[in-house]
Amino acid sequence: MHDRASPLLISILAVGIAILYIPILVLIGYSFNASALVSVWGGFSTRWYLQLLHNDQILDAAWLSLRIGVAVSTGAVILGTLAAISLVRFKRFRGRLLLTGMVNAPLVMPEIITGITQLLLFISMLNFLSWPHRGFTTIVIAHIAFCTAYVTITVQSRLQTADRSLEEAAMDLGSGPVRAFIDTTLPIIAPALVSSWLLSFTLSLDDLVISSFVSGPGASTLPMVIFSKVKLGVTPDVNALASLIICLVGVCVLFAGYLMRRAERQRQLDAQMAER
Amino acid sequence: MIEAAAEETAVRLGPRGRLRGEWLVRQGKWLIILPPMLYLLVFFLIPFAFALMISFADTAVRVPPFTDILSISPDRHIHLTLSLGNFQYLFTDEVYGLSYIYSLKTAFFSTVICLVLGYPMAYAIARASKSTQSVLLLIIILPFWTSFLLRVYALEGIIRETGLLNTALLWLGIIHKPLQIMRTTLAVYLGIIYSYLPFMVLPLFATLEKLEHSLLEAAADLGSPPWRTFIDVTLPLSMPGVIAGSMLVFIPAIGEFVIPTLLGGPDNLMIGRVLWDEFFGNRDWPVASAVAIAFLVFLVGPIALYQHYSTKQLEA
Repeated sequence: MHDRASPLLISILAVGIAILYIPILVLIGYSFNASALVSVWGGFSTRWYLQLLHNDQILDAAWLSLRIGVAVSTGAVILGTLAAISLVRFKRFRGRLLLTGMVNAPLVMPEIITGITQLLLFISMLNFLSWPHRGFTTIVIAHIAFCTAYVTITVQSRLQTADRSLEEAAMDLGSGPVRAFIDTTLPIIAPALVSSWLLSFTLSLDDLVISSFVSGPGASTLPMVIFSKVKLGVTPDVNALASLIICLVGVCVLFAGYLMRRAERQRQLDAQMAER
Repeated sequence: MIEAAAEETAVRLGPRGRLRGEWLVRQGKWLIILPPMLYLLVFFLIPFAFALMISFADTAVRVPPFTDILSISPDRHIHLTLSLGNFQYLFTDEVYGLSYIYSLKTAFFSTVICLVLGYPMAYAIARASKSTQSVLLLIIILPFWTSFLLRVYALEGIIRETGLLNTALLWLGIIHKPLQIMRTTLAVYLGIIYSYLPFMVLPLFATLEKLEHSLLEAAADLGSPPWRTFIDVTLPLSMPGVIAGSMLVFIPAIGEFVIPTLLGGPDNLMIGRVLWDEFFGNRDWPVASAVAIAFLVFLVGPIALYQHYSTKQLEA
């Protein structure tokens, strides 16, 4: 359905987009405010950004969050891809319904419930197995669980459109099924893997609620530090930090979107070539 | 295809290898299925069983702060002690009932407002040309991935007493003293709508995009006025998107913790906040588990509804 939308529709769309973006743009604008008073404009300055570099609490938290993000997205991409392959390629197996449910449920489950239940599990595990100690490990484990869900959905939709005849041809030529998959299908889904890695990374970097529950003493992620500062009110250094994170996440999401679009265009091009 | 591969390998391996080859291929798939299955089972599903178990325990002064449900007595009998006290407590202390109802009410009205605002947005995007469409979608998706915490914080910069909104209204002379929006119910609504709007627009767009334009033309040719066509054709056909989008807003909004804590006042007692306080403030884990389990029971219906319509949408 493509024809001109009415002016009313377009203005509602414009208002909606304005609502979504104005607060973020204002936040980024004020992060360059020289004045320490958050409501008075005191000229352009990057002093709050420079001040971040000397704040050990924030630097430690940022380093922890980045490490967690890398570990989580790597783990989630591996597990999520395996789950996507299972759901797309094996039409019938015992527990298929269970796997489908467990992949979809984290997307809608309120974080606070996931966080509480996972904390209770970790506590009981520590009691019986003396592992894992609350902190880096538990946050990584908990984040992988919900990021896997997002990875599965992304890879699944890509895998469904992948042409399997190439893989079959490779097997007819004597490749084993694993080899054939790596040579033919993996390159096709590679953009989906990269973009879901980036998306998992941003999800992990942004999470506050689950991290707060499963973390232990001494392990504060970036959102946890920001939350404790924000509860006290708006401060200029948090403005700078928030702007940095929003830009980082924005770059990740745009890059992920770009990869997916380029792959989609390539696929359409290939399909056209094949038809000739 | 896997079967074909099995035969292929089997032929090469001879009669004895044939059996082994088939077995390998048939069982090899479990190497792919089991890792994600076991991971999600242990770290996502089983935790709910633990919460259920602990909701039947009693609070105790020890680490972890609750009693064992299963205990082995000296004569090697296993004792199961279930305490229903926590669930009874949920009914006797009215704070829980009230916060459930308040959360449901807040989530419901926020969902309705998101739907009213999000539907025309999704509709306008669906009617744009393909190239404009992908740009607009990206504009909607970008905040979807941006941290909730940071976006709520950004909103605070707008609605606070010395924020942009009050400054602008004062400057324009529309008001003479700043509006008190922070720490009110209005701020909670604004926060939820602002945060969850993209969750409504995206599934709505997905169904509206697939809508056949010829159906609308047919209705118009048969003399149906545009509003009539909307009610008779567009709205029913976009129902899966309406339900999926509404559930994506409604379910997480009930459990929202960050928004009522940062923007709301002491009256905006939502269930997420009660849970958080019970856990970190009172350290009463059995009661918190009972609250979580009771909450989950309420959510089973909406989650099933969402699953049903989102899989329908995937298959369409």
